[in-house]
Amino acid sequence: MKPAPFQYFAPVTVDDALALLAEHGYDAKLLAGGQSLVPTMNFRLSQPGVLVDLNKIADLAYIRADSDGTLRIGAMTRQSTVERDPLTARHAPLLAEAMPHIAHRQIRNRGTIGGSLAHADPAAELPAIMVTLNARFVIQGAGRRREVAARDFFQALFMTDLAPDEILTEIIIPPMPPGSGWAMDEIARRHGDYALVGAAALVTMPEGDLCADATLTFLSVGETPVVATLACAYLCGARIDDACIAEAARMAGQEDMDPPGDIHASVAYRRKLAQVLARRVLTRAFQRAKDGVV
Amino acid sequence: MSQRYTIRLTVNGEKIERDVEPRLLLSDFLRHELRLTGTHVGCEHGSCGACTILLDGQAVRSCIMFAVQADGHALTTIEGVAPDWTASSGPEAMHPVQIAFWEKHGLQCGYCTPGFIMTLIPFLEENPHPSDEEIIQAISGNICRCTGYQNIVAAVRRAAELMG
Repeated sequence: MKPAPFQYFAPVTVDDALALLAEHGYDAKLLAGGQSLVPTMNFRLSQPGVLVDLNKIADLAYIRADSDGTLRIGAMTRQSTVERDPLTARHAPLLAEAMPHIAHRQIRNRGTIGGSLAHADPAAELPAIMVTLNARFVIQGAGRRREVAARDFFQALFMTDLAPDEILTEIIIPPMPPGSGWAMDEIARRHGDYALVGAAALVTMPEGDLCADATLTFLSVGETPVVATLACAYLCGARIDDACIAEAARMAGQEDMDPPGDIHASVAYRRKLAQVLARRVLTRAFQRAKDGVV
Repeated sequence: MSQRYTIRLTVNGEKIERDVEPRLLLSDFLRHELRLTGTHVGCEHGSCGACTILLDGQAVRSCIMFAVQADGHALTTIEGVAPDWTASSGPEAMHPVQIAFWEKHGLQCGYCTPGFIMTLIPFLEENPHPSDEEIIQAISGNICRCTGYQNIVAAVRRAAELMG
């Protein structure tokens, strides 16, 4: 058999899962969709002594919208479900646009939204999207519940704010302000492969061509999602035209990031891709804001 | 470490009950326990798509799921897509996607083919008239090292005609 032996539990409530985590401590690993964990177990790169399978906790799979447009997604909701639910398209169109970029259909049918976020792969789409959307995560521990902003959740390579005895249970996406525009794009050698670079933008331009707010986030250019802070500051309050977008994109690629180089893409190439993608997503996002889609 | 679980599931319409060790991969369960060797294993870490099966009608990779997780679910493997086919029934009894691969030479060695077919059946049911771009995206999670994919794309177009 490929994976090393482990003890297996499939609790049906969050409380039972938390009790198992409390009992087994660092030996325990949570199993969500398993699309990243099981491959590493097949390689025996990870050999958890105890596997706590969350797939039987029906209460963790849902998509709901509050009356103010806040979207709430249970952590064990399958990525294909998030992709196809009309509530996603209505309340978080940026998320809807990003979903088809995640791996392949077979993976999204099994992979969960919370599993991907808790895994915190710097090349994954969902962490960067949640940072861009200013999402908040509900985290439960034994007898306690807290919320953390997506921006503070991702700490380093595969490292998050989650403690070993905690479970990410819900993703909260706030409504977009009126006059918002959004866009996501990435460059990968083959559809579904890890992106060399990806970019997501959420902008607000309530009147005319004056930008009120902008968030531009990148994936695959650092250990965590990278927010282009200088470019965002440059855009806020600016009159948006092609030259302004080009300058923001240049700042993003050249000044806001320190991307790694590897066999897939050199540092210079990643900066160049980031600049190209920034220009594309900002152009599309501001156009959508202008068109008054939201 | 010999903890075993009893699982009850449906495979190709047949009710199955077995005791399994939790670390048994679903792909190995199908091949070694049930002797359904039409589900192939290539990379065994979720990259190549050869082990794709249907879990409650949805394409998933059986090499990155544990058999114990299939408890209570309904699976379809390549052996279950053409229930009326027998060795003497001729190609017409195959599933339309199988017929299309046969007609359009969508396979050479055939190792990847069950995975492609299991990926494509739900895809074509959901997208009866796919564009070439949609077809290429749909098969992006399946690797074929023989065909160069052109005949597979042609087979998907043909399958859409046959199913339409």
